[in-house]
Amino acid sequence: MNSCGIAAGARETYEALEKSLKEKGINIPLKITGCVGMCYREPLVDIITEDSITTYGNLTSEKVEKLVESHITNNVPVEEWIVKTDKLDGTKVVETRDVDGFFSMQKKIVLENSGYIDPESIDEYIARDGYEALRKALKMAPEEIIEIIEKSGLRGRGGAGFPTGRKWKLTRNAPGGIKYLICNADEGDPGAFMDRNVLEGDPHRVIEGMIIGAYAIGAREGFIYVRAEYPLAIRRLEIALEQTRKMGFLGDNILGSGFSFEIKIKEGAGAFVCGEETALLASIEGRRGMPRPRPPFPAEKGLFGKPTNINNVETYANVPWIIRHGWETFASIGTEKTKGTKVFALAGKIARSGNVEVPTGLSLREIIVKIGGGTKTGKPIKAVQLGGPSGGCIPDKMLDIPVDYDSITKTGAIMGSGGMIVMDSDTCMVDVAKFFLDFTNKESCGKCTFCRLGTKRMWEILDKITKGNGAISDLEKLEELAYQVKIGSLCGLGQTAPNPVITTLKYFRDEYMEHVDEKKCRAKVCKSLIRYEIRVDRCNGCTACAHYCPVKAITGEVRKPHAIREEMCIRCGTCYEVCRFNAIEIVDAFQCVERWAKSK
Amino acid sequence: MQDKPAFIERYERSQSSLIPLLQKTQETFGYLPEDVLMEISEYLGIPLTRVLGVATFYAQFRFEPLGKYVIKTCHGTACHVNGAESIRQTLLEETGIDEGQTTKDGLISIERVACLGCCSLAPVIMINNRVYGKLNGETVRKLIRKLKKGGLDN
Repeated sequence: MNSCGIAAGARETYEALEKSLKEKGINIPLKITGCVGMCYREPLVDIITEDSITTYGNLTSEKVEKLVESHITNNVPVEEWIVKTDKLDGTKVVETRDVDGFFSMQKKIVLENSGYIDPESIDEYIARDGYEALRKALKMAPEEIIEIIEKSGLRGRGGAGFPTGRKWKLTRNAPGGIKYLICNADEGDPGAFMDRNVLEGDPHRVIEGMIIGAYAIGAREGFIYVRAEYPLAIRRLEIALEQTRKMGFLGDNILGSGFSFEIKIKEGAGAFVCGEETALLASIEGRRGMPRPRPPFPAEKGLFGKPTNINNVETYANVPWIIRHGWETFASIGTEKTKGTKVFALAGKIARSGNVEVPTGLSLREIIVKIGGGTKTGKPIKAVQLGGPSGGCIPDKMLDIPVDYDSITKTGAIMGSGGMIVMDSDTCMVDVAKFFLDFTNKESCGKCTFCRLGTKRMWEILDKITKGNGAISDLEKLEELAYQVKIGSLCGLGQTAPNPVITTLKYFRDEYMEHVDEKKCRAKVCKSLIRYEIRVDRCNGCTACAHYCPVKAITGEVRKPHAIREEMCIRCGTCYEVCRFNAIEIVDAFQCVERWAKSK
Repeated sequence: MQDKPAFIERYERSQSSLIPLLQKTQETFGYLPEDVLMEISEYLGIPLTRVLGVATFYAQFRFEPLGKYVIKTCHGTACHVNGAESIRQTLLEETGIDEGQTTKDGLISIERVACLGCCSLAPVIMINNRVYGKLNGETVRKLIRKLKKGGLDN
């Protein structure tokens, strides 16, 4: 039961199950878990027996009665609703039957417990080897831990990919008695929800990673900076921290080792720029979240001027696994330069949206088509957007590149924190670039001119193009500005803000040209370049469109073809959505004009 | 003039308490009343201009009370490509207000948010901490009509 599951009706399913079991006098424990990643199948219900786990998908409350009757009372599984069956040997999964093929290519490290344990129970985490790594780590010297992390090849999962071990070493070696450790959970990229799922599904894992990190660098105080938009994640973290203190894993003299560490939660206040580490520090200190120049890096001068180590949620979540299994095991997974796995959030026009964890080196196409099932519309994939507003759009023809930091950076996009948005032929690439520019412009902290005004001017040019008023010279201006903003900005936000524009200009220039030259939007997204028309041969006069049109622009008599009054139409698309006879067509506005001119 | 809220003194007198204090104030009053901001400024020994500087920097803080129902419209990438703009349009038609506004009767406020992180259900909106997903013009319309009749009991 994570945010998405609850929105899909998991709570109603839970209540219906509770009621049904009670009515039938069946006494089996009913538990909640985090997310197993199959967001597209929510709500999910697992029925666990001694030797198997049967997972049912799309199990809305009205299906509960049949499920209980059949599977629980009569021991006959409802085959058509099953999405996955795991055969168990003790608590270990020995064999999986995976109906959609969603799991077979995945490798779970960070998400190994998500969807299997109750995130509000520390006992269940411990039962799956939780805090084993901490016990092991506390018996080692801090330098030894840093060496293990360095050798494992773990790189920061926040997007930039800085080697974690080296970061820890820098903070450890920085002079000064007081040091801090921070977990960056300010997951602000629109379209990314990996960290939320880890925090909601397995919060102890992140806490354990932080405690080990703190011991390694010599910090006594730590913070989790989490965005306020994630209320459930915050609640589960609070519960987890309380349990951890009670068990003696956090606080004074942890497990009798003499090492003491405390963690506080700091809620973000809605500023994307605070994902940038120096802005994040300013925000914890109670100031405006504005970045400052680096160096000095936080490892030398961080929070309150003290050496500070900042890692992302997923990075910390990898640490306990590495300590438990050894660096060799971790380093054997993935590609040469990007070890381990990466969690991606699949969303957009994808058939199976959700969270997936894959070994690095898999190709984008394997992730999107084999795991994600391609587009949900059945239309061809046009592009994949990686890395949110700092990233870029990779066209379909390049989807065979392997997923690792270096290969993706070469395309002009970035690996980013893991948002992967699939776009089909109904997505306009100019509109996408404009969308991201709008975002970065609004989120710019305002400190440097290039970012504050440059992104604004770029947005204006894009707006002009999408309205059909662009000229060829605008494309050149756009490129020039993109370059200037990239080199002229102080922090990552401004330096990467032009990436969506640069990549779409590089790979989808013909689409820009169509907007400029032919005043045409092939995806039929840019409102100024399209018209809605009613096809007389298909319209049977059901009046649905006229009824729903918010501006009363559709007229006609019952059972007779209707017509749209062009001058009144606001192109909201409601008629297109409600028409059941495919009688509404979206056409190019200028094509209409030409046709009209010819008819005169 | 409200009495000085009791919670203020539970916070440490340092600049790093400022944002948590503002958050607590908003949680208590639904917005940041001017006189409470003055109390905070005095308690922490931070000039009011700086308190306001911080408060206006972050998108979370409001300076006017909100409606009974707060609708957050998600404009994340997944929602954008799945039609968030037409959801905004429908909300505007149904409530008469745009993002950032509150209805005159104080029933509904609409806020634009960057991303709610429920991308698999795009397009989504959140009404008072509950997420509604896979929406289209028609379902949003029904939702708002139900809300106006008092049928959304969350």
